[in-house]
Order: sequence, then C-alpha cells, then structure tokens
Amino acid sequence: MENTLYTITVFSENTVGLLGQITIIFTRRGLNIETLSVSPSALKCIHKFTITLYTTEDMVVKVVQQIDKRVDILKAYYNTDEGLVFQEIALYKVPTDKLLELGSIETLIRHHHIHILEMNENFVVFEKTGHYDETQQLFDELSNSVGVLQFIRSGRVAITRSKVERLSDMLDSIQEKFERNI
Amino acid sequence: METKTKITGAEAFIRSLLKEGVDTIFGYPGGAIMPVFDALYDFDKHVNHILTRHEQGATHAAQGYARVSGKVGVCLVTSGPAATNAITGIGDAMMDSTPLVVITGQVGAALLGTDAFQEIDVVGITQPITKWAYQIRKAEDIAWAVARAFYIARSGRPGPVVLDFTKNAQFQEVEFDYKPCTFIRSYIPIPDVQPSQIEAAAALINQAKRPFALVGQGVVLSNAEAELKEFLEKANIPAGWTLLGGSAMPTNFPLNKGFLGMHGNVGPNMKTNECDVLIAIGMRFDDRITGDLKTYAKQAKVIHLDIDVSEINKNVKADAPVLGSAKETLPAITNLLKTADHSEWIATFKEYEDQEFEKVIQREVHPTSGEITMGEVIHRVTEATQNKAILVTDVGQNQMMAARYFKFSETRSMVTSGGLGTMGFGIPAAMGAKVGAPERTVCLFCGDGGFQMTIQELGTIMQEQIGVKMIILNNHFLGMVRQWQEMFFEERYSFTKMQNPDFIAIAKAYKIDGTEVHVREELDAAIADMLKDDKPYLLVVNVEMKGMVYPMIPTGASVNNILLGD
Repeated sequence: MENTLYTITVFSENTVGLLGQITIIFTRRGLNIETLSVSPSALKCIHKFTITLYTTEDMVVKVVQQIDKRVDILKAYYNTDEGLVFQEIALYKVPTDKLLELGSIETLIRHHHIHILEMNENFVVFEKTGHYDETQQLFDELSNSVGVLQFIRSGRVAITRSKVERLSDMLDSIQEKFERNI
Repeated sequence: METKTKITGAEAFIRSLLKEGVDTIFGYPGGAIMPVFDALYDFDKHVNHILTRHEQGATHAAQGYARVSGKVGVCLVTSGPAATNAITGIGDAMMDSTPLVVITGQVGAALLGTDAFQEIDVVGITQPITKWAYQIRKAEDIAWAVARAFYIARSGRPGPVVLDFTKNAQFQEVEFDYKPCTFIRSYIPIPDVQPSQIEAAAALINQAKRPFALVGQGVVLSNAEAELKEFLEKANIPAGWTLLGGSAMPTNFPLNKGFLGMHGNVGPNMKTNECDVLIAIGMRFDDRITGDLKTYAKQAKVIHLDIDVSEINKNVKADAPVLGSAKETLPAITNLLKTADHSEWIATFKEYEDQEFEKVIQREVHPTSGEITMGEVIHRVTEATQNKAILVTDVGQNQMMAARYFKFSETRSMVTSGGLGTMGFGIPAAMGAKVGAPERTVCLFCGDGGFQMTIQELGTIMQEQIGVKMIILNNHFLGMVRQWQEMFFEERYSFTKMQNPDFIAIAKAYKIDGTEVHVREELDAAIADMLKDDKPYLLVVNVEMKGMVYPMIPTGASVNNILLGD
C-alpha cells in the first residue's frame, strides 16, 4: 500500500505525560512522526495535538483508535490534506552583507510574501508562512544565493474543512448522556 | 464525621480503598510506602494483607484473585526495584484485560527527578502497559485518584491502573472526603449499542447455513455466560473458545466444540475456514488463534462483538462490527434471531473429533504403557475433582495440555497467562485464585521450569496456609521450547535441559505436604492424597521427557494446516 501524508488531530485533557502516552503508540508500531505541534485549544483546559506522518490508511486508522482509547484523550481523528486547511511557518536567518550584495530584494520579498522580523548589520530574519513545499523553495533559493545561517520550520497547524469543530458537539453529547444516567 | 477531622494521607488512602470495597491486598513493604503500611496496621480487621515473597508474585496473585472473583485485584509495593518487579504482572494484566490497582510508593515530591534512593520513573515506565498511570503528589488528590483508579480498572474493557504515591503525600494531613468516580468525560468505557449493528449481525446469522462462534474472555468479563448460552441455543450455533474464554461455556455444553488456536482442537480450527458466518464474541483475533491472517476465514462473513472499538478491524476485518458489552449486545441479537436447526453442520465436527481422538487424544490421555504423559495427569486430576475445580496454569506445554484436557463446569474457572505468556505466573496466580475463591478447589499445573521462576511464593503459601494443589509436570526440559527445537531446529536442544532440585524436599522445607510419582500405577492414589483435604499440596509427576503437544498449527501457518504428529 502507498504511504500518504496523514494529519492526526488529538484533543486531550491537559495532564502530565500526555505527549508520552501518544508517542508510545507511534513507537510501538515503528512509525516516524513527521511534524508535531501542541497548543491549548479553543476549549478551556483542552489541548490540541496536530501530528503528521507518512503511512497507510489501514495503519492510521489503527493508530488513531489506539490513541482515542487512552483515558485522558477526548477525541482523535485523521485527515488527508484534501480535508484540511493547513499552514506551517518558517524562519530564515541570512547574512546582511550577502543580502545587500544581491541588489534589489524587493522581488524576493514580493514573490515569497516574506515578512522581515529583524534586521541589523550582521543578519536579517525572514519569516514565511506556507506549505512545506513553499517554505522549502525559499530555503533552497536563499541557500543557493546568500546562504542561510539558521533555519527553523514549525509543525503543521490545521483546521478541518467541515463546518464545526467536532469536539464541542461530542463533549456536549457526552455530558448530556452522563446527566441522563444520574 | 470523617470529613471534619484531618487524617494522614496514608490513612486517607486506606480509607479510600475500604470505600472501594477492598478486603484483600497482596503486597510487600519498603521504604517509600512505609506510612501506608503503618496505617494498614490499624485496619487489619478490615483488610487481609497477604505478604508475598516478591512483588511479581503480588501482581500475579492479584491477577488470580481478580480473575476468579471478578473483583479488582490490589497490590501495594514500594518504589524503585519493587515497582520494576511488579512490571511483569502489570503487563500481563494489560494483555489479558485483568482489573488491577497497583500502588507503588515513590520518593518525596521534592526528590523527584534527582535520582534519589529507590527512585524510578514508574509512571513513565508503566504508561504503555496500563489503562491509566498517575502520580499522587499531594494528599488532597488521594481520594480522587483512588476513586478514578478503581473506576478505570473495572469499567469497560478492564485493565491495570498504577498509582505512584509519593512519600510526602502519605505523611501530609488532609480532610477525608470520598466520592466514587462514575464518569470521566474523556473516557467512554462501554460504547452505546447501535440498533443498526444488531440488526445487521442478526440478519447475517439468520441467513447463515454454517454459522460458527468464537467465544473469548469478553463473555466472562461482562458476566454474559447465560446470554451466550441462549444466543447459541436459539440459532443452534456451534462454538469454539479461546484460551482466556476457557470455562465461559461448560465443557459438556453440547454446542461447545472445543479449544481454538495453535494447540486447540482440530474441529473448531478447521471449521473456522469452513463456516459461512463467523461470530467473534469478546475476543481479539490473537495470532495464536488466527495463524496466517491471509488465509483466515476468508470464505466467511465476520461478525465481531467487542467492547473495545480499537479491536474492530485490528487483525481481521469485520463485515458486521457490533460495539458494546456482550451482556447487552448478545441478548439484543438473540431477540432478532430465528430459531434454527444446524444439526447437519454441527454433525460435521464429529469427523474431526474422531480423527483427533484416534491420532492424538487416545495416546496422550489414555496410554496403557510407557511413561506417564502430561495429558493423562490432567485428565485424572480433573476427573478426581468432578470437573469442578479452578484450573491455574503456568506457561508452556503444561498450559496447553491443561487447556486441552481440563474440564469445566463453572465459569471463572480458568486462570492462565494468555497474552503475555508469563512463565512463573502459576504459583502466585494459584495463590490469588484460592484467596479469591476459598470454597473451591484450585489446581495448578506447572512445568519444572516455570515452578522455579516464582518458587519463593511457597513461603507465602506456608505462612497463609493457602490450600492450593500444585502439580508439577516434570520432564526435566523447558518443554515447549524443546518441542520447537525438535520440530523446527533439527533437535538442537540448546539450553533447554534442566537439572532440577528435589521439589518435594523444598516443599517439605516450607512445611508443605507432597508426593512424587514415577509410575502410572501410583498416580491415582497420589491425586486422591492431594485432594483429601483443603491444605496446600505439591504433587510432582515425572512425565515423559520428550512429550509433544499436538495438534499444532505452526506459527504463521493457516488454521486448517494442523499437524497431528502422526
């Protein structure tokens, strides 16, 4: 089976050791995590993990179910790129003197929609948001022209194309069911 | 009144256990858990604490106790090496869905992460092999954590929970206010029954010409034995059972067609690849059941009943998954079933039964000459107990022979390490089983290898006078490995031969009665002597050295590729 890039989204309680519980499941099956980003979600005390990896659909289903099964995980699901709006951010530190030698940098900045975060006599820091290919393209271009002193790329953040965040609905129904039962 | 006065964390902890109905603890004291043991001293009328001889023994004893009683098994041990010793039992309980709460002591919170004496990252180590692992760092968390631990351990698909209890929290004073846990928003123990799934399953069964059911431990864990029987009887469905599903159906139940898997009966294995509808009930299609998945039940529509969503489609794709507790889903399906008669299909098992009897069972269970066989010892013991005893096994040939030839009349009568396959499980698990079901006879079958892995628990048996009946099937070999060496490694018996001690002399040192049997003629009298009272007893039976467990489906072969050893 072909390996595809899948994005797994996990909502969890904000408890100690949660990341470990999730990564163990990847480790057991010998899966490499491509990118990972974790942050507080829109809902209070709930954290959101966005994890990407190359694997088969069969495997991603099993992994998601095993993550979802953990007691402190509220919900886990997966998407392919078609189901998501997603973004990454990258920072590039380049030498100021080399950059100035290029002559006009307007074309570069316009073409790549670059933000300049810092500039001094030694270096300039560019910021670019985009998909992996786009941030990579700028990296390649800068490496070949002025050289990149430092480079960092964030993990993916993603939003599903479906209308609502599934979690809030799910939480409501769980709470309702509980209240019915007591 | 309890809520007004402050008590120590250690006492709050014991009171929390009492609130959860705990009356038995298997444990071993040590530095980082001493305040709890000190508090326990005042509760000896409420709690029976059994001092094992090793923390691994405490965990397996708690497993045996949980498996026969349906209650949560509780272990109380200290930090560091005690916690690592407990790992095997925790992992075993995870694989076999056994509800355990294991409490480990931990260094004071101020020392965490400093490589303090007997500090180890218990939560980190146990997270992959528990349903939940939590560190209690302050006394006010105790009641909450204990309530949650028991709720998680026993609900849904049961499993082990670890509470790592720092020493400062044991000393700290706290107002005790206990509320049982009944809900965790991130945890759905039992999925809702979906009528559409019930209907789809019933429709498949109603159309089936050759239905066949696989009975797993889920039936026992959900107390659905009666519901299973009604289900099978109404639609006249023959059934096989997994190792952990042993005793979910009585052996003499007419639709019980035997033991599934690598060393199971010929009929149920062959019929898996002949049936048209395969109904898996609370089982997880372990590789020891399925053999080669590529050729497993490909001709059949598969119905899979399970409480754990992540088991569906894990190994075998389900045409009709049925989520929920078997206690609810089985009767719901039964309601929609037409009464059926599959006697012709059921009659086709007979041919395989006859073949297996002639080629395997006759020789193994009813030999008239030669050395004693493992199968005949098990057969004679089960007969002598009128098939009413609880069977505990160790792991290996003893386990497979016992699963094949021991007979059951009651549920919760089979305690064995299925998923993890832990040698050394036997003695402590048998102890725990006897403590959990004191009115029943508990028979342990153990190899000479496994017996020596946890042999120190004879001390616990002596001290507590736990009336377990231990039978060593002594072949002076690590028998199952030797069997594989004979079959697949050109009889190169690499480190499987064992020089054994005088087991009876060891038992005697522990003040445990025993007999050693060398010849067939002595066997019945020795078994009668063993069963004459309710005291601990060791029966050592010297069996043929190169006994083989047949039938056998070699690893990775198809279930219908079953070897009979002829």
